[in-house]
Amino acid sequence: MSLIINGAEYELASPPLTSLLNVLREEVGLLSPKAGCQQGGCGTCTVLIDGEPRRACLTPLGAIEGAAITTVEGLGDPRNLSPVQAAFHEHYAAQCGFCTPGMMMAATGLLARRPDATRDDVLEALAGHFCRCTGYVKIVDAVLSAAAGRVDTTRPEPEAEPGEPSVVIPGSPA
Amino acid sequence: MSVAPLAEPEVLVPASEEEAIAAFGDGTGVTVLGGGTILMPELAAGRLKPEKTILLARAGLDEWRDEGGTTRIGAAVSVGALVDAPEPLASAARHVADYEVRSQGTLGGNLCAGPGRGFPRGDLQAPLIALDAYVRSAGAGGERTEPVERFLSTSPGNRLVVQVEFETRDRLGGWAALERPHAHSYTALSVAATISPSGSDLRVACSGAGPYAVRLRSVEQGGLDGDPGEALRDVQLTDDALASAWYRERMLPVLVGRVLSQLKEAG
Repeated sequence: MSLIINGAEYELASPPLTSLLNVLREEVGLLSPKAGCQQGGCGTCTVLIDGEPRRACLTPLGAIEGAAITTVEGLGDPRNLSPVQAAFHEHYAAQCGFCTPGMMMAATGLLARRPDATRDDVLEALAGHFCRCTGYVKIVDAVLSAAAGRVDTTRPEPEAEPGEPSVVIPGSPA
Repeated sequence: MSVAPLAEPEVLVPASEEEAIAAFGDGTGVTVLGGGTILMPELAAGRLKPEKTILLARAGLDEWRDEGGTTRIGAAVSVGALVDAPEPLASAARHVADYEVRSQGTLGGNLCAGPGRGFPRGDLQAPLIALDAYVRSAGAGGERTEPVERFLSTSPGNRLVVQVEFETRDRLGGWAALERPHAHSYTALSVAATISPSGSDLRVACSGAGPYAVRLRSVEQGGLDGDPGEALRDVQLTDDALASAWYRERMLPVLVGRVLSQLKEAG
Protein backbone atom coordinates (compact mmCIF):
# COMPACT_ATOMS: atom_id res chain seq x y z
CA MET A 1 0.00 0.00 0.00
CA SER A 2 1.22 3.49 -0.74
CA LEU A 3 0.10 7.01 0.12
CA ILE A 4 1.38 10.47 -0.71
CA ILE A 5 1.58 12.17 2.65
CA ASN A 6 2.31 15.89 2.74
CA GLY A 7 3.86 15.57 -0.70
CA ALA A 8 6.13 12.60 0.01
CA GLU A 9 5.38 9.06 -1.14
CA TYR A 10 5.28 6.35 1.52
CA GLU A 11 5.21 2.58 1.11
CA LEU A 12 3.24 1.27 4.07
CA ALA A 13 3.20 -2.09 5.79
CA SER A 14 0.06 -1.69 7.90
CA PRO A 15 -2.79 -4.14 7.18
CA PRO A 16 -5.57 -2.77 4.94
CA LEU A 17 -8.14 -2.46 7.73
CA THR A 18 -5.81 -0.28 9.80
CA SER A 19 -7.28 3.17 10.22
CA LEU A 20 -5.49 6.01 8.48
CA LEU A 21 -5.19 7.57 11.94
CA ASN A 22 -3.11 4.67 13.22
CA VAL A 23 -1.06 4.58 10.02
CA LEU A 24 -0.19 8.26 10.35
CA ARG A 25 0.58 8.17 14.06
CA GLU A 26 2.17 4.75 14.50
CA GLU A 27 3.80 3.89 11.16
CA VAL A 28 4.59 7.30 9.69
CA GLY A 29 5.12 9.16 12.97
CA LEU A 30 2.94 12.17 12.23
CA LEU A 31 1.29 13.09 15.51
CA SER A 32 -0.87 16.09 14.63
CA PRO A 33 -3.96 13.93 13.94
CA LYS A 34 -5.06 13.05 17.46
CA ALA A 35 -6.56 9.79 18.63
CA GLY A 36 -9.62 11.20 20.39
CA CYS A 37 -12.89 9.27 20.41
CA GLN A 38 -11.89 7.05 17.46
CA GLN A 39 -15.58 6.86 16.53
CA GLY A 40 -15.70 9.83 14.16
CA GLY A 41 -17.39 11.95 16.78
CA CYS A 42 -14.80 14.41 18.05
CA GLY A 43 -13.14 15.58 14.83
CA THR A 44 -9.57 15.90 16.04
CA CYS A 45 -8.21 13.23 13.67
CA THR A 46 -9.50 15.11 10.59
CA VAL A 47 -7.05 15.23 7.67
CA LEU A 48 -7.39 16.07 4.00
CA ILE A 49 -7.77 13.06 1.69
CA ASP A 50 -7.33 14.20 -1.89
CA GLY A 51 -8.15 17.71 -0.68
CA GLU A 52 -11.35 16.86 1.19
CA PRO A 53 -11.55 16.80 4.99
CA ARG A 54 -12.19 13.31 6.29
CA ARG A 55 -11.98 11.48 9.61
CA ALA A 56 -8.73 9.51 9.64
CA CYS A 57 -10.14 7.20 12.33
CA LEU A 58 -13.01 6.13 10.05
CA THR A 59 -10.87 5.53 6.96
CA PRO A 60 -9.30 2.12 6.38
CA LEU A 61 -5.95 2.20 4.64
CA GLY A 62 -7.12 -0.32 2.04
CA ALA A 63 -9.80 2.05 0.76
CA ILE A 64 -7.47 4.92 -0.12
CA GLU A 65 -4.55 3.33 -1.98
CA GLY A 66 -2.49 6.07 -3.66
CA ALA A 67 -4.43 8.97 -2.12
CA ALA A 68 -2.85 12.31 -1.25
CA ILE A 69 -3.02 12.99 2.49
CA THR A 70 -2.45 16.38 4.09
CA THR A 71 -1.99 16.89 7.82
CA VAL A 72 -1.19 20.03 9.79
CA GLU A 73 2.49 19.26 9.24
CA GLY A 74 1.88 19.79 5.52
CA LEU A 75 0.10 23.13 5.81
CA GLY A 76 3.00 25.44 6.49
CA ASP A 77 6.15 25.89 8.52
CA PRO A 78 6.83 28.07 11.57
CA ARG A 79 8.06 30.99 9.47
CA ASN A 80 5.51 30.69 6.67
CA LEU A 81 2.18 29.61 8.09
CA SER A 82 -0.89 28.74 6.07
CA PRO A 83 -3.65 31.36 6.30
CA VAL A 84 -5.63 29.16 8.69
CA GLN A 85 -2.62 28.53 10.91
CA ALA A 86 -1.78 32.25 10.98
CA ALA A 87 -5.38 33.13 11.80
CA PHE A 88 -5.49 30.62 14.68
CA HIS A 89 -2.25 32.14 16.00
CA GLU A 90 -3.44 35.72 15.72
CA HIS A 91 -6.83 35.02 17.31
CA TYR A 92 -5.50 32.83 20.16
CA ALA A 93 -7.78 30.12 18.80
CA ALA A 94 -6.17 27.31 20.76
CA GLN A 95 -6.00 26.54 24.44
CA CYS A 96 -5.00 22.96 25.19
CA GLY A 97 -4.61 22.40 21.44
CA PHE A 98 -6.02 18.88 21.29
CA CYS A 99 -8.84 19.80 18.90
CA THR A 100 -6.75 22.29 16.93
CA PRO A 101 -5.39 19.97 14.20
CA GLY A 102 -8.88 18.78 13.29
CA MET A 103 -10.30 22.30 13.43
CA MET A 104 -7.52 23.56 11.15
CA MET A 105 -7.95 20.80 8.60
CA ALA A 106 -11.73 21.20 8.53
CA ALA A 107 -11.30 24.96 8.12
CA THR A 108 -8.70 24.47 5.38
CA GLY A 109 -11.08 22.15 3.55
CA LEU A 110 -13.94 24.62 3.94
CA LEU A 111 -11.96 27.56 2.55
CA ALA A 112 -10.77 25.44 -0.37
CA ARG A 113 -14.32 24.66 -1.46
CA ARG A 114 -15.84 27.95 -0.33
CA PRO A 115 -13.25 30.77 -0.15
CA ASP A 116 -15.89 33.35 0.79
CA ALA A 117 -17.29 31.25 3.63
CA THR A 118 -19.89 32.94 5.83
CA ARG A 119 -20.29 32.53 9.57
CA ASP A 120 -23.02 29.93 8.98
CA ASP A 121 -20.70 28.02 6.66
CA VAL A 122 -18.02 27.98 9.34
CA LEU A 123 -20.44 26.87 12.03
CA GLU A 124 -21.67 24.04 9.83
CA ALA A 125 -18.16 22.97 8.84
CA LEU A 126 -17.05 22.81 12.48
CA ALA A 127 -20.29 21.35 13.84
CA GLY A 128 -18.76 17.93 14.38
CA HIS A 129 -15.59 19.17 16.10
CA PHE A 130 -15.43 19.24 19.87
CA CYS A 131 -13.43 21.86 21.77
CA ARG A 132 -13.60 21.08 25.50
CA CYS A 133 -11.82 24.32 26.38
CA THR A 134 -14.98 26.00 25.00
CA GLY A 135 -12.93 28.15 22.64
CA TYR A 136 -15.39 28.12 19.78
CA VAL A 137 -15.78 31.90 19.53
CA LYS A 138 -12.11 32.52 18.81
CA ILE A 139 -11.91 29.52 16.50
CA VAL A 140 -14.84 30.76 14.41
CA ASP A 141 -13.39 34.29 14.37
CA ALA A 142 -10.06 32.87 13.20
CA VAL A 143 -11.61 30.96 10.30
CA LEU A 144 -13.64 34.00 9.25
CA SER A 145 -10.48 36.10 9.39
CA ALA A 146 -8.67 33.62 7.16
CA ALA A 147 -11.63 33.65 4.76
CA ALA A 148 -11.44 37.43 4.58
CA GLY A 149 -7.69 37.35 3.95
CA ARG A 150 -7.02 39.38 7.08
CA VAL A 151 -3.95 37.44 8.22
CA ASP A 152 -0.20 37.85 7.96
CA THR A 153 1.21 34.42 7.18
CA THR A 154 4.87 35.32 7.70
CA ARG A 155 6.55 34.97 11.05
CA PRO A 156 10.02 36.16 12.11
CA GLU A 157 12.72 33.64 12.81
CA PRO A 158 12.31 32.70 16.48
CA GLU A 159 15.28 33.90 18.47
CA ALA A 160 16.61 31.69 21.23
CA GLU A 161 17.49 33.34 24.50
CA PRO A 162 21.20 33.09 25.36
CA GLY A 163 21.81 29.82 27.09
CA GLU A 164 18.36 28.52 26.31
CA PRO A 165 18.54 24.80 25.53
CA SER A 166 17.13 23.53 22.26
CA VAL A 167 13.92 21.65 22.96
CA VAL A 168 12.61 19.21 20.42
CA ILE A 169 9.08 17.96 20.94
CA PRO A 170 8.47 14.65 19.20
CA GLY A 171 5.92 15.11 16.43
CA SER A 172 6.02 18.87 16.58
CA PRO A 173 6.00 20.54 13.17
CA ALA A 174 8.77 22.73 14.52
CA MET B 1 5.55 -26.57 21.16
CA SER B 2 5.26 -24.73 17.90
CA VAL B 3 2.95 -21.80 17.60
CA ALA B 4 1.17 -21.32 14.31
CA PRO B 5 0.86 -17.72 13.18
CA LEU B 6 -2.60 -16.27 13.35
CA ALA B 7 -4.26 -16.15 9.96
CA GLU B 8 -4.54 -12.65 8.55
CA PRO B 9 -8.16 -11.66 7.92
CA GLU B 10 -9.06 -11.64 4.24
CA VAL B 11 -9.64 -8.18 2.77
CA LEU B 12 -10.93 -7.83 -0.77
CA VAL B 13 -11.07 -4.61 -2.79
CA PRO B 14 -13.28 -5.38 -5.83
CA ALA B 15 -12.75 -3.18 -8.88
CA SER B 16 -16.25 -3.51 -10.33
CA GLU B 17 -19.86 -4.22 -9.38
CA GLU B 18 -19.51 -7.73 -10.77
CA GLU B 19 -16.42 -8.41 -8.67
CA ALA B 20 -18.17 -7.07 -5.57
CA ILE B 21 -21.18 -9.34 -6.10
CA ALA B 22 -18.95 -12.35 -6.74
CA ALA B 23 -16.86 -11.63 -3.65
CA PHE B 24 -20.00 -11.27 -1.52
CA GLY B 25 -21.44 -14.60 -2.66
CA ASP B 26 -24.25 -15.61 -0.35
CA GLY B 27 -22.93 -13.26 2.31
CA THR B 28 -21.90 -15.94 4.78
CA GLY B 29 -19.08 -14.65 6.97
CA VAL B 30 -18.67 -11.51 4.88
CA THR B 31 -18.39 -8.00 6.30
CA VAL B 32 -19.04 -5.18 3.83
CA LEU B 33 -17.29 -1.88 4.49
CA GLY B 34 -18.61 1.09 2.51
CA GLY B 35 -17.77 4.43 4.08
CA GLY B 36 -16.52 2.99 7.37
CA THR B 37 -18.55 5.26 9.63
CA ILE B 38 -20.31 2.35 11.31
CA LEU B 39 -17.72 -0.43 11.12
CA MET B 40 -14.42 1.36 11.79
CA PRO B 41 -15.35 2.25 15.41
CA GLU B 42 -16.33 -1.39 15.94
CA LEU B 43 -12.95 -2.52 14.58
CA ALA B 44 -11.08 0.06 16.67
CA ALA B 45 -12.83 -1.09 19.83
CA GLY B 46 -12.21 -4.77 19.05
CA ARG B 47 -15.92 -5.55 19.00
CA LEU B 48 -15.71 -6.70 15.39
CA LYS B 49 -13.13 -9.18 14.13
CA PRO B 50 -14.14 -9.96 10.54
CA GLU B 51 -12.72 -12.99 8.78
CA LYS B 52 -13.51 -11.67 5.32
CA THR B 53 -14.06 -8.01 4.53
CA ILE B 54 -15.06 -6.37 1.26
CA LEU B 55 -14.05 -2.72 0.79
CA LEU B 56 -16.44 -1.07 -1.67
CA ALA B 57 -14.34 2.04 -2.24
CA ARG B 58 -13.27 1.08 -5.77
CA ALA B 59 -16.20 -1.12 -6.85
CA GLY B 60 -17.76 1.54 -9.06
CA LEU B 61 -20.89 1.71 -6.93
CA ASP B 62 -20.67 5.48 -6.57
CA GLU B 63 -22.47 6.40 -9.78
CA TRP B 64 -25.62 8.52 -9.86
CA ARG B 65 -27.64 8.47 -13.06
CA ASP B 66 -30.90 10.16 -14.04
CA GLU B 67 -32.10 8.38 -17.15
CA GLY B 68 -35.45 7.70 -18.75
CA GLY B 69 -37.43 9.10 -15.85
CA THR B 70 -35.61 6.97 -13.30
CA THR B 71 -33.00 8.05 -10.77
CA ARG B 72 -30.40 5.36 -10.01
CA ILE B 73 -28.03 5.93 -7.11
CA GLY B 74 -25.18 3.53 -6.37
CA ALA B 75 -24.83 2.09 -2.89
CA ALA B 76 -21.46 3.78 -2.36
CA VAL B 77 -22.72 7.29 -3.13
CA SER B 78 -22.04 9.34 -0.01
CA VAL B 79 -24.80 10.66 2.22
CA GLY B 80 -23.25 14.09 1.67
CA ALA B 81 -23.87 13.88 -2.08
CA LEU B 82 -27.55 13.19 -1.41
CA VAL B 83 -28.14 16.77 -0.28
CA ASP B 84 -28.76 17.34 -4.00
CA ALA B 85 -31.34 14.52 -4.22
CA PRO B 86 -35.10 15.08 -4.53
CA GLU B 87 -37.01 15.88 -1.35
CA PRO B 88 -37.44 14.52 1.25
CA LEU B 89 -34.18 12.61 0.77
CA ALA B 90 -32.16 15.84 0.55
CA SER B 91 -33.43 17.25 3.85
CA ALA B 92 -32.80 13.99 5.65
CA ALA B 93 -29.27 13.75 4.22
CA ARG B 94 -28.46 17.29 5.38
CA HIS B 95 -29.29 16.26 8.94
CA VAL B 96 -26.97 13.24 9.07
CA ALA B 97 -23.89 13.89 11.22
CA ASP B 98 -21.47 16.66 10.17
CA TYR B 99 -19.87 17.50 6.82
CA GLU B 100 -16.99 15.06 7.08
CA VAL B 101 -18.87 12.05 8.42
CA ARG B 102 -21.73 12.74 6.01
CA SER B 103 -19.18 12.70 3.18
CA GLN B 104 -17.87 9.31 4.28
CA GLY B 105 -21.10 7.48 5.12
CA THR B 106 -22.83 5.83 2.19
CA LEU B 107 -26.39 5.33 1.00
CA GLY B 108 -25.98 1.56 1.17
CA GLY B 109 -24.64 1.65 4.70
CA ASN B 110 -27.45 3.89 5.88
CA LEU B 111 -30.01 1.61 4.27
CA CYS B 112 -28.57 -1.47 5.96
CA ALA B 113 -27.97 0.24 9.29
CA GLY B 114 -30.04 -1.61 11.84
CA PRO B 115 -30.30 -0.56 15.44
CA GLY B 116 -27.09 0.56 17.07
CA ARG B 117 -26.26 -0.09 20.69
CA GLY B 118 -29.67 0.71 22.03
CA PHE B 119 -31.02 3.12 19.45
CA PRO B 120 -32.30 3.13 15.84
CA ARG B 121 -30.19 4.39 12.94
CA GLY B 122 -30.75 4.77 9.22
CA ASP B 123 -32.16 8.27 8.81
CA LEU B 124 -32.49 7.89 5.02
CA GLN B 125 -34.78 4.86 5.16
CA ALA B 126 -38.04 6.78 5.66
CA PRO B 127 -37.39 9.24 2.80
CA LEU B 128 -36.61 6.33 0.49
CA ILE B 129 -39.90 4.64 1.42
CA ALA B 130 -41.69 7.94 0.82
CA LEU B 131 -40.08 8.17 -2.62
CA ASP B 132 -41.30 4.64 -3.42
CA ALA B 133 -37.68 3.63 -3.95
CA TYR B 134 -36.55 0.14 -4.91
CA VAL B 135 -33.36 -1.57 -3.78
CA ARG B 136 -31.25 -3.80 -6.02
CA SER B 137 -29.26 -6.17 -3.84
CA ALA B 138 -27.22 -9.35 -4.15
CA GLY B 139 -26.76 -12.32 -1.86
CA ALA B 140 -28.27 -15.75 -1.21
CA GLY B 141 -30.65 -16.57 -4.05
CA GLY B 142 -28.97 -14.11 -6.40
CA GLU B 143 -29.84 -10.54 -7.27
CA ARG B 144 -33.25 -9.07 -6.61
CA THR B 145 -34.96 -5.71 -6.81
CA GLU B 146 -37.69 -4.91 -4.30
CA PRO B 147 -39.37 -1.97 -2.55
CA VAL B 148 -37.37 -0.45 0.29
CA GLU B 149 -39.97 -1.37 2.91
CA ARG B 150 -39.85 -5.02 1.90
CA PHE B 151 -36.05 -4.98 1.85
CA LEU B 152 -35.97 -3.53 5.37
CA SER B 153 -38.32 -6.21 6.64
CA THR B 154 -36.20 -9.10 5.39
CA SER B 155 -32.79 -9.02 7.06
CA PRO B 156 -31.07 -6.22 5.13
CA GLY B 157 -27.85 -7.01 6.96
CA ASN B 158 -27.51 -10.20 4.94
CA ARG B 159 -27.61 -8.51 1.53
CA LEU B 160 -25.14 -6.49 -0.52
CA VAL B 161 -26.92 -3.32 -1.60
CA VAL B 162 -25.91 -2.46 -5.15
CA GLN B 163 -28.22 0.37 -6.12
CA VAL B 164 -31.31 2.32 -5.15
CA GLU B 165 -33.69 3.58 -7.78
CA PHE B 166 -36.90 5.57 -7.90
CA GLU B 167 -38.99 7.30 -10.51
CA THR B 168 -37.93 10.89 -11.08
CA ARG B 169 -41.42 12.24 -10.80
CA ASP B 170 -42.55 15.75 -10.03
CA ARG B 171 -43.59 14.91 -6.48
CA LEU B 172 -43.80 17.22 -3.49
CA GLY B 173 -41.74 16.20 -0.48
CA GLY B 174 -41.92 16.94 3.24
CA TRP B 175 -39.65 16.03 6.12
CA ALA B 176 -39.61 16.78 9.86
CA ALA B 177 -37.53 15.43 12.73
CA LEU B 178 -36.83 15.91 16.39
CA GLU B 179 -33.87 18.22 16.98
CA ARG B 180 -30.58 16.44 17.58
CA PRO B 181 -28.60 17.44 20.67
CA HIS B 182 -25.40 17.35 18.60
CA ALA B 183 -24.35 16.85 14.99
CA HIS B 184 -23.30 13.29 15.74
CA SER B 185 -26.46 12.24 17.50
CA TYR B 186 -28.82 9.94 15.66
CA THR B 187 -32.29 11.32 15.04
CA ALA B 188 -34.68 9.95 17.64
CA LEU B 189 -37.68 10.28 15.34
CA SER B 190 -38.27 11.64 11.84
CA VAL B 191 -41.12 11.58 9.34
CA ALA B 192 -40.89 11.80 5.55
CA ALA B 193 -43.66 12.06 2.98
CA THR B 194 -44.29 12.67 -0.70
CA ILE B 195 -47.40 13.33 -2.72
CA SER B 196 -48.15 13.90 -6.38
CA PRO B 197 -48.93 17.49 -7.45
CA SER B 198 -52.54 16.47 -8.01
CA GLY B 199 -52.82 15.50 -4.35
CA SER B 200 -53.06 11.76 -4.87
CA ASP B 201 -50.74 8.91 -3.92
CA LEU B 202 -49.66 10.15 -0.48
CA ARG B 203 -46.75 8.13 0.91
CA VAL B 204 -45.60 8.58 4.52
CA ALA B 205 -42.92 6.80 6.57
CA CYS B 206 -41.01 7.34 9.77
CA SER B 207 -37.51 6.50 11.01
CA GLY B 208 -36.72 6.01 14.67
CA ALA B 209 -39.85 4.17 15.74
CA GLY B 210 -38.32 0.70 15.54
CA PRO B 211 -35.19 -1.04 14.34
CA TYR B 212 -35.86 0.04 10.75
CA ALA B 213 -38.09 2.68 9.15
CA VAL B 214 -41.77 1.83 8.71
CA ARG B 215 -44.45 3.01 6.30
CA LEU B 216 -47.37 4.83 7.92
CA ARG B 217 -50.23 3.43 5.85
CA SER B 218 -52.90 4.59 8.30
CA VAL B 219 -51.83 8.19 7.74
CA GLU B 220 -51.79 7.68 3.98
CA GLN B 221 -55.39 6.43 4.06
CA GLY B 222 -56.50 9.58 5.88
CA GLY B 223 -54.96 11.87 3.28
CA LEU B 224 -53.57 15.36 3.90
CA ASP B 225 -56.53 16.28 6.13
CA GLY B 226 -56.49 13.06 8.11
CA ASP B 227 -55.67 12.58 11.78
CA PRO B 228 -51.87 12.55 12.34
CA GLY B 229 -52.47 10.43 15.42
CA GLU B 230 -53.37 7.53 13.13
CA ALA B 231 -49.60 7.06 12.73
CA LEU B 232 -49.56 5.29 16.10
CA ARG B 233 -51.48 2.38 14.55
CA ASP B 234 -48.49 1.50 12.36
CA VAL B 235 -45.66 1.53 14.89
CA GLN B 236 -44.57 -0.39 17.95
CA LEU B 237 -42.77 2.12 20.12
CA THR B 238 -40.10 1.14 22.61
CA ASP B 239 -37.75 2.88 25.02
CA ASP B 240 -34.16 3.27 23.95
CA ALA B 241 -31.11 5.39 24.65
CA LEU B 242 -32.38 8.29 22.54
CA ALA B 243 -35.96 8.65 23.74
CA SER B 244 -38.71 6.89 25.65
CA ALA B 245 -41.72 5.26 24.00
CA TRP B 246 -43.85 7.74 25.98
CA TYR B 247 -42.10 10.68 24.35
CA ARG B 248 -42.20 9.19 20.87
CA GLU B 249 -45.93 8.45 21.25
CA ARG B 250 -46.53 12.15 21.82
CA MET B 251 -44.12 13.46 19.20
CA LEU B 252 -44.88 11.16 16.28
CA PRO B 253 -48.31 12.74 15.60
CA VAL B 254 -46.73 16.19 15.90
CA LEU B 255 -44.11 15.39 13.26
CA VAL B 256 -46.68 13.75 10.98
CA GLY B 257 -48.84 16.85 11.31
CA ARG B 258 -45.93 19.11 10.39
CA VAL B 259 -45.09 17.07 7.30
CA LEU B 260 -48.70 17.00 6.12
CA SER B 261 -48.82 20.79 6.58
CA GLN B 262 -45.66 21.16 4.50
CA LEU B 263 -47.25 19.18 1.68
CA LYS B 264 -50.45 21.20 1.85
CA GLU B 265 -48.54 24.49 1.75
CA ALA B 266 -46.34 23.28 -1.12
CA GLY B 267 -49.36 22.19 -3.10
